[in-house]
Amino acid sequence: MNLHEYQAKQLLAQYGVEVPGGQPCTTANEARSIAEKLFSEGHEMVVVKIQIHSGGRGKGIFKDGFKGGVHLCKSADDVFEKAKAMLGNTIVTKQTGETGRQVNTLLVASAEKILSEFYLAVLLDRESSQPLIMVSSEGGVDIEEVAETNPNAIIKLQVDPLLGLQAYQARNLAKALGLSGKMIQSAAKLITGIYKTWWECDASMVEINPLCVVENPDGTTKMAAVDAKISIDGNALYRHKKISEMRDLNEEAELEVEASKFDLNYIKLDGNVACLVNGAGLAMATMDAIKHFGGDPANFLDVGGGATKEQVTAAFQIILKDPNVKAILVNIFGGIMNCNTIAEGVVAAASETQLWLPLVVRLEGNNVDAGRKTLSESGITLITADSLADAAKKVVSEAKV
Amino acid sequence: MAILVNSDTKVLVQGITGSFGGRHTQLSLEYGSQIVAGVTPGKSGQVFEDKVPIFDNVKEASKESGATASAIFVPPPFAADAILEAVDAGLDLVVAITEGIPVRDMIEVKAALRGSSTRLIGPNCPGVVTPGTGENSYGGCRIGIAPGYIHKPGDIGVVSRSGTLTYEAVWQLTSNGLGQSTCVGIGGDPVPGSTHLDIIKLFNEDPETRGIIMIGEIGGSAEEEAAAWIKENCNKPIAGFIAGTTAPPGRRMGHAGAIVSGGKGTAKAKIEAMEDAGISVAETPSQMAEALIKIL
Repeated sequence: MNLHEYQAKQLLAQYGVEVPGGQPCTTANEARSIAEKLFSEGHEMVVVKIQIHSGGRGKGIFKDGFKGGVHLCKSADDVFEKAKAMLGNTIVTKQTGETGRQVNTLLVASAEKILSEFYLAVLLDRESSQPLIMVSSEGGVDIEEVAETNPNAIIKLQVDPLLGLQAYQARNLAKALGLSGKMIQSAAKLITGIYKTWWECDASMVEINPLCVVENPDGTTKMAAVDAKISIDGNALYRHKKISEMRDLNEEAELEVEASKFDLNYIKLDGNVACLVNGAGLAMATMDAIKHFGGDPANFLDVGGGATKEQVTAAFQIILKDPNVKAILVNIFGGIMNCNTIAEGVVAAASETQLWLPLVVRLEGNNVDAGRKTLSESGITLITADSLADAAKKVVSEAKV
Repeated sequence: MAILVNSDTKVLVQGITGSFGGRHTQLSLEYGSQIVAGVTPGKSGQVFEDKVPIFDNVKEASKESGATASAIFVPPPFAADAILEAVDAGLDLVVAITEGIPVRDMIEVKAALRGSSTRLIGPNCPGVVTPGTGENSYGGCRIGIAPGYIHKPGDIGVVSRSGTLTYEAVWQLTSNGLGQSTCVGIGGDPVPGSTHLDIIKLFNEDPETRGIIMIGEIGGSAEEEAAAWIKENCNKPIAGFIAGTTAPPGRRMGHAGAIVSGGKGTAKAKIEAMEDAGISVAETPSQMAEALIKIL
C-alpha cells in the first residue's frame, strides 16, 4: 500500500526524522491559513504540493492547461490562488496515464533553503533477505539513472535484522555522503529514524529524495527529509491500524478495489483479451501465452485456489465492466478443486451476467470429464480448448473477429 | 530415491485443526503419506479423524511420533512463530504453506535460521511431493496442498515458485510418460526459506534425478543466481519457464515477490541468464515438458 507524501512525513516525524513544517489540506482557505502561519514563523517561501500517488508531480499538466503540481509561493494570497487552481482539478503526469488523477489534497509546507541534496532509501535486499540502506550524494535526481550512469555514487549497507542499525553504521553512512563535523551526528540521527520507520511500520520501501542539509531562518543548518515516499507491506497492515486508515481508495483503480472485495487479485491492463485463472503464476503465464500468440491481455486475474461460484461470477462482472474486452479466456487447473464445480460456476456466471462475448474455456485436472460435460450441455455458447496454448490461440483469434 | 522426503518420512501438521489444514491433512492421508501427529496449542489429547494424535507443541509431537518434517497451515500472524517452534524442535524439514506472512517476520525467521540444520520450504507455497509407487502415485509423501494424483514416480525433479504452474508442469510430464523424483514448490514470497538454487543443488546430487524443470517468475534475482551456478556446476538437462513476460513494471502480480521494480527482476533478464546456462526455456507454459524431452 502506497502512502501520500504528507502521510509518509507524519510517520517519519514520529520516529524523530526532521521534516519541513507544514500540513495537508483540502480547501484553498485552509491552504491560506497554513501558509500564513508558516510565513509568520519567519519562512520566506512556502511550497504547495499536490498529494497523489505519482512521481513527476512538478512537471504534470492539469486538464484545463494549468501547469505544474508543485508551486513555490511568496505570499499567502499566492498559495490561495495556486490551491484554488489545483484542488478538484485533474492532473496528467508521466506516471498517471492519459486519464490523469484528480487532486483532492495538498501539502502546504515551508520551502527550505537547500544547501545540499542526498538520496536515501531503505528496502529489502532479496538476495540476502536482509534490510538494505542505499545512499547517494547525488540526491534530487532520478536514482535509476544514477545507478546506470554512475553506480559508484550509490553506497549500500546491509543491516543485520536481529541487531538493527547500529549508531556507528549510521555515522559511517553520513561520512560516506561527504558530511563532516556536527552534520555527521545530525545525519546519523535522521538515518536511524528512517530505518526505524521502515522496520517498525512494516514498510516495503522508504525513499527520501532529496534528503537535504537546509538553512533555518536564523542561519543555523540542519538535515531534513524534504520529500518522502513510503509503501507498506499489505500483509502486515493487520498490526498497523492507524496506517491502514491512510489507504486512499481514490488512488486505486475502481475495478481493482471492486475485485479486492471478493478476494480476487485483479490488475487492469490495456489489451482486449480478458483472462480468468486460478493461481498467480498460471495467471501470469496465461497472459504471456495470449501475448505469444499475437493478442494483448486486458487484465491479470487470479481467482485463487478455492474459487467459489460467487467469486467466479464477481470475476465475470468485473471483466465485463472493462469496455475494451473483446473475448474471455478461462484457464483453470483444478488440482484439488473439482473441475465440475468450476464448470458449474462458469455456466452460472455466464448466464447471470448474460455474457455476450466469446468465451474460451480450458479446464484440466480433477473430475475434468464431468466438468467438460457440464459446459457442453449448458447451452451457453463457448469454445473449449484442450491445452493452454490451444486456448490462447483460440481466444486471440476470437478477439480479432 | 528422491530429495527432501520419501515414502518413509514422518510428518506432523501445525494447524491441523483449522479447516484448510484439516482438509489437506485428510488428502495427504488418502494419498498414503505418513502424517503421524498434529499440533494445535491447547488441544493435546484430541485425535484428528480417529487417526492422528494432536499435541500442544512441536517438541512433544515430534518426540512421541518420530516426525522429522512439519507442514505449517497456521494463519499469517502466527506463522513465523510456528516456523521458529519447528526449528527449535530440531525438525529436518519445515514446509510453510501459509500465504500472507509479513516480510519483516520472514526476515527475522531467515536470520534465525542461519546456522540451523533445519531446511525451510516456503512460505506461500504448494509444498513438496515425492510420488509413491501405487496407483496414481499412491503411497508417496505429500506435504502441502498439491494434487497427489497428477504425479507419477520417476526421475524428473521439478522446482517452482508458483503452485498451479507446478501442477501444469507435473501434469505435462505425467501425460508424456515422464515421472518425477520430487516436486518442490518454493513459494512466491520475497523472502523464501529455500531458493531455486538450494533445490537444484539437491537435485544435482540426487543420483536418481535425471533431468530438472525449473519454473520461475518475475521479481528478485533467484533464477539468475541459479542459472549462474548451473552454468558452472550442473550437467543434468534442465528445462525452464519464466512467467510474467507481459507483466507491467511496478505492479505486484498476485505473489508478493512477483514484481519488477527499479528495472530489476524482468522475465527477459531471467530467460537470457537461463539460456546462457544451457537451460532449455519453453516459449509457452504448454511446452515445459516438451522443452525438457528435447534435451533428455
